[in-house]
Amino acid sequence: MATKILIPTPLRPYTDKKDAIEAEGATVGELLADLTKKHGGLKAHLYNEQGKLRSFVNVYVNEEDIRYLQKEQTPVSPGDTVSIIPSVAGGAPTTEDLRGVRLQADRELPQLTNDEIKRYSRHLIMPEVGMDGQRRLKAGKVLCIGAGGLGSPAAMYLAAAGVGTIGLVDFDIVDFSNLQRQIIHGTPDVGRTKLDSAKDRLHALNPHIDIQTYETALSSENALKLFEPYDVILDGTDNFPTRYLTNDACVLLGKPNAYGSIFRFEGQASVFATKGGPCYRCLYPEPPPPGLVPSCAEGGVLGVLPGVIGVIQATEAIKLVTGIGEPLIGRFLIYDALKMRFRELKLQKDPDCPVCGTHPTVTKLIDYEQFCGIHPAAPETTSVNTRGNATEITSVELKQRLDKGDKLTLVDVREPNEYQINRLPGTVLIPLGDIPRRYNELDSTDEIVVHCKMGGRSAKAADFLRSVGFRRVLNLKGGILDWIDKVDPSQPKY
Amino acid sequence: MSERRLRLGSGVGAAIRRHGEETYPHECCGALVGSPGHVTVAVSLPNTTEEGPRRRFLVRPSDYRLAEQRASELGGDLLGFYHSHPDHPARPSQFDLDHAWPTFAYVIVAVATGTAQDMTVWYLKEDRANFEEGELNGDENPDSDAPAALHG
Repeated sequence: MATKILIPTPLRPYTDKKDAIEAEGATVGELLADLTKKHGGLKAHLYNEQGKLRSFVNVYVNEEDIRYLQKEQTPVSPGDTVSIIPSVAGGAPTTEDLRGVRLQADRELPQLTNDEIKRYSRHLIMPEVGMDGQRRLKAGKVLCIGAGGLGSPAAMYLAAAGVGTIGLVDFDIVDFSNLQRQIIHGTPDVGRTKLDSAKDRLHALNPHIDIQTYETALSSENALKLFEPYDVILDGTDNFPTRYLTNDACVLLGKPNAYGSIFRFEGQASVFATKGGPCYRCLYPEPPPPGLVPSCAEGGVLGVLPGVIGVIQATEAIKLVTGIGEPLIGRFLIYDALKMRFRELKLQKDPDCPVCGTHPTVTKLIDYEQFCGIHPAAPETTSVNTRGNATEITSVELKQRLDKGDKLTLVDVREPNEYQINRLPGTVLIPLGDIPRRYNELDSTDEIVVHCKMGGRSAKAADFLRSVGFRRVLNLKGGILDWIDKVDPSQPKY
Repeated sequence: MSERRLRLGSGVGAAIRRHGEETYPHECCGALVGSPGHVTVAVSLPNTTEEGPRRRFLVRPSDYRLAEQRASELGGDLLGFYHSHPDHPARPSQFDLDHAWPTFAYVIVAVATGTAQDMTVWYLKEDRANFEEGELNGDENPDSDAPAALHG
């Protein structure tokens, strides 16, 4: 009653190298059961964990595929020839347009533990992510520059998604004024370093990941070394020197930069410095003149805005690591929270780009403070202009002069809503934008002290006033914040 | 690193690379024929997958039989199969693992934006849990250790 089964090459080690085995049975199912009883090693390769024939195992009775007969119930009789024929299949992780980064991790991706499989199940059941994608996330390393507005939501979602290594670069302390948007930090964290606070929060979210913290200001000296171990850099910086530094370091190292920036009600996002894609300098070869673009500390920011942009950056980082979808390369996304509109600008790689073009002029990291026209802060003495006249006054000096009864005209160049929060005694409010129209309300022979929140806008106001003939204009160094710190701590800060 | 080694005979590595470049951005596939541990011929086969040839390959049963037949005609053994990973590193995917046969050598060539790069060889572990990488010799491409460019 024996029927001959032909064994394919890869299974012959389990049949004592024989290419044909005789087995007993009235159906294909019985025949294969008898075969695997005699040669136990075959079982794992023919059947899956549920005891079903694996999909790439084809069984033919004579020349017919049993799928088109009665499957495993197909009857067999002595004299029939049954063949086991492999389908050989495989391929790369499934996505139509895979552009994942080459991960730093070894070729063998880490396995997921049972706890992790449970945690990431909503990823795993999507074929676009699946086990391959989740293992890539686990192997993936993302460095967040800044643990502030953008870094907070980005790092939290990266952690929750299972990015195996998250690096954080920051040197700041958590302040009450951060909490309106930097949701990684809580009220009890005020006064702690942002890194300690963020690390605790991320570990509470996901204990399976590794958090690396770097309590330092990103600089031309340390950037390449800091970036080197990471797969994707997430730019959550709030100033131009660090933004250009991050961009250039990413280009030099060939690491993608998941970029985002925010101001007031508007945000931007893109993916820069991928191979063949544009970089930040293709869009903005040169920084704006210092002071022209106010920072969030000066101009304000809607608290929820960095949530939107930071999460877009995290989305792009996750797509780059897993290699799924269409990355935001060559596209510049602009989000307007007030209008609730997204716009997309096409962005081309500039062949003349000074850092990523065909003949780059920037081949190593430079002095980015100088590049952005920002000069190192003068020592704690009063600045003087070229004619030897003072151009700045400190809050302590101002207080002394006011106490002496010196006649000084104080001009606040902030916005009315800022003036509502705190103010200097006896000050005149003329917002910076109104100065060209309203400066004649001031007497050009008076000694004038201009101030704003931190000293940036008032420096421009002072320059303007001098340009129209005012001779004695002093800028309050450090703005009203410094005044509150050193002279009048009773007033609120923002 | 595994004890397992695979030597590619003269012209075999080049033929696999050429096949991968020809079919880019689709995956190519073919059979490896020779004596144990030594590939003398790479037999190119059609990729018959219906799941999108950019990310999948399938050698249908009739071609598999052809490969075994070709091996015995040449007086050799069917040692395994090769396939390409367009714009993806030369390392096996979960899908490769799920569909792997024991003892076969699986050669993978990465093809980045149309140019063949890394070539590696993998063997299914006995417990089917993973692949182990073997040592691939005789691949003439001097750039095979160069990092693959992955972006299009």
